[in-house]
Amino acid sequence: MSVPTLPAPAGRLTMVGRQVGYWVTVYRRTWRGSVISSFLMPLLYVLAMGVLLGGFVDRSGSAGLEGASSYLEFVAPGLLAAHAMQTAVGEVMYPVMGMIKWNKTYYGMIATPLSVGDVVAAHLGFVLFRVASTCGVFLLVLAAFGVFASVPGAIAAFFVQLLVGLAFATPLYGYTAGLKNEAGFAVVYRLLVMPLFLFSGAFFPISNLSPTLEWIARLTPLWHGVDLTRMLSLGRFDASQALVHVTYLAVLAVIGWWWAVRRLTKRLVD
Amino acid sequence: MATNPDPVDLMSTSATDREAVSLIRARGLRKSFGDFEAVRGIDLDVRPGEAFGFLGPNGAGKSSTMRMIAAVSPPSGGELSILGQDPATHGPQIRARLGVCPQEDTLDTELNVRDNLMVYGRYFGIPKAEVAERVDELLRFVQLTEKAKAKVDDLSGGMKRRLTIARSLVNRPDLLLLDEPTTGLDPQARHLLWDKLFRLKQEGVTLVLTTHYMDEAEQLCDRLVVMDKGLIVAEGSPLALIRQHSTREVAELRFGVGRHEALAEQVSDLAQRVEVLPDRLLLYTEDGEETLAKVHERGLRPAAVLVRRSTLEDVFLRLSGRTLVD
Repeated sequence: MSVPTLPAPAGRLTMVGRQVGYWVTVYRRTWRGSVISSFLMPLLYVLAMGVLLGGFVDRSGSAGLEGASSYLEFVAPGLLAAHAMQTAVGEVMYPVMGMIKWNKTYYGMIATPLSVGDVVAAHLGFVLFRVASTCGVFLLVLAAFGVFASVPGAIAAFFVQLLVGLAFATPLYGYTAGLKNEAGFAVVYRLLVMPLFLFSGAFFPISNLSPTLEWIARLTPLWHGVDLTRMLSLGRFDASQALVHVTYLAVLAVIGWWWAVRRLTKRLVD
Repeated sequence: MATNPDPVDLMSTSATDREAVSLIRARGLRKSFGDFEAVRGIDLDVRPGEAFGFLGPNGAGKSSTMRMIAAVSPPSGGELSILGQDPATHGPQIRARLGVCPQEDTLDTELNVRDNLMVYGRYFGIPKAEVAERVDELLRFVQLTEKAKAKVDDLSGGMKRRLTIARSLVNRPDLLLLDEPTTGLDPQARHLLWDKLFRLKQEGVTLVLTTHYMDEAEQLCDRLVVMDKGLIVAEGSPLALIRQHSTREVAELRFGVGRHEALAEQVSDLAQRVEVLPDRLLLYTEDGEETLAKVHERGLRPAAVLVRRSTLEDVFLRLSGRTLVD
């Protein structure tokens, strides 16, 4: 008898590929529950905020709506970016804690050739898929209301949602990875998601805020996502401003990713 | 260039060559968590085809050692080589050839029995069709074929352990690590699991297990180490350990509660060694019946008596002054 020879090491992409089966199996079990709400949610939002509330807003004229000709056109990209944020946040709260704490699925995974980095990459890949599918549906519903100035603009706006989703998903994944219990989720929703949702320029131009608050709003990731989406949907593209938005979101996503792997490693590998 | 040595050559190889065929080799292995030292410097050699056990109470450092061997927990000190490689540099490659049955179930409770095995096999890069074949075979082996579509949540504790063992075999590992495989199971489920593990052992799978049940260690292990407070306190086959650290037989005497300490002095000359437990006296002797007769001759009337063979429990009691299961 001799010591067995070990297989050759495999790259990150191979390792992520090996987890596709897992995520497909998980998604097959759950997609039915989410499919109706992912159509209904955008429809209800567009009807309530865009059409009905917008009807009142437009009576006082569309001046000051950052170049939108109606409140519906103004609010639609805001709703889309906020939806990307909410989907991403939802996917890295309970599901991540469940795989650490309740099901301990991650522990089973890292007992195999998969490393923590591989596991995080695949899970974030799934989050991205969820953001893509829900925002894709959202975008189609919005398109039916004619809020996009151009088709390329709408397609670009779709990819922006992936970036917005990732910018929220990676740091909050890291946050969850170190949480002892789910009480910490309430903090995220009350102090982060809700204020951003309401005050990051999704529903009204941030110039309506006091100068200090406007300045704070400009620092939030959601505002960068909203403004970028809005310039694409309205067709008033500003390259230098867009570059600032993309850079901000990309840097957040990359730092968050690094932090997520670090925190999960600390949690699982002691 | 290198050809496999024939068995005769292997028998005559030098000590260094024999070390080369250790699947697990540790020297001065340590693990600390902050100020707490869970493993305080242990040496190990586990050879191919062997069933090797870590016996010790909770907190002895068994699980910490197992997690280092599983190449998920980096050692704090000492040397460790698994399947000939350093887990710090070859972790994923080592884990590709290990089967791990952790102490706590890490099954995906949201997936059914079959899917749990299917997705797991894919983590090792085994083609889907081949995983499917192996899964059918493994479900038969652990007698869960009928439960293939059942949700993991609906399985009994014993079934979950069997499923975990099936999962740990999906990559046909060179080394199977079992951390407390039968803890929390009822006797029937334990025996069924032991039967499965015994079959694997007969097929030549190298088993490494931790347990705080001495009967489990006796049934399954060719060789074991007794761990206490992060150190190895004895090593050998179950039989050799019993011979070395205990007598052939033990006479257990139960008197009224609280009287054992006083009575121990009265019988101390009748045995090689007397242990006082809260509920009974243990008299270590070569012939239990004879010792018992002498106890009776002295006019002592225990409420209950039992003469038995020495076990690993007695070895542990001798070495640590404590019982294995509190």
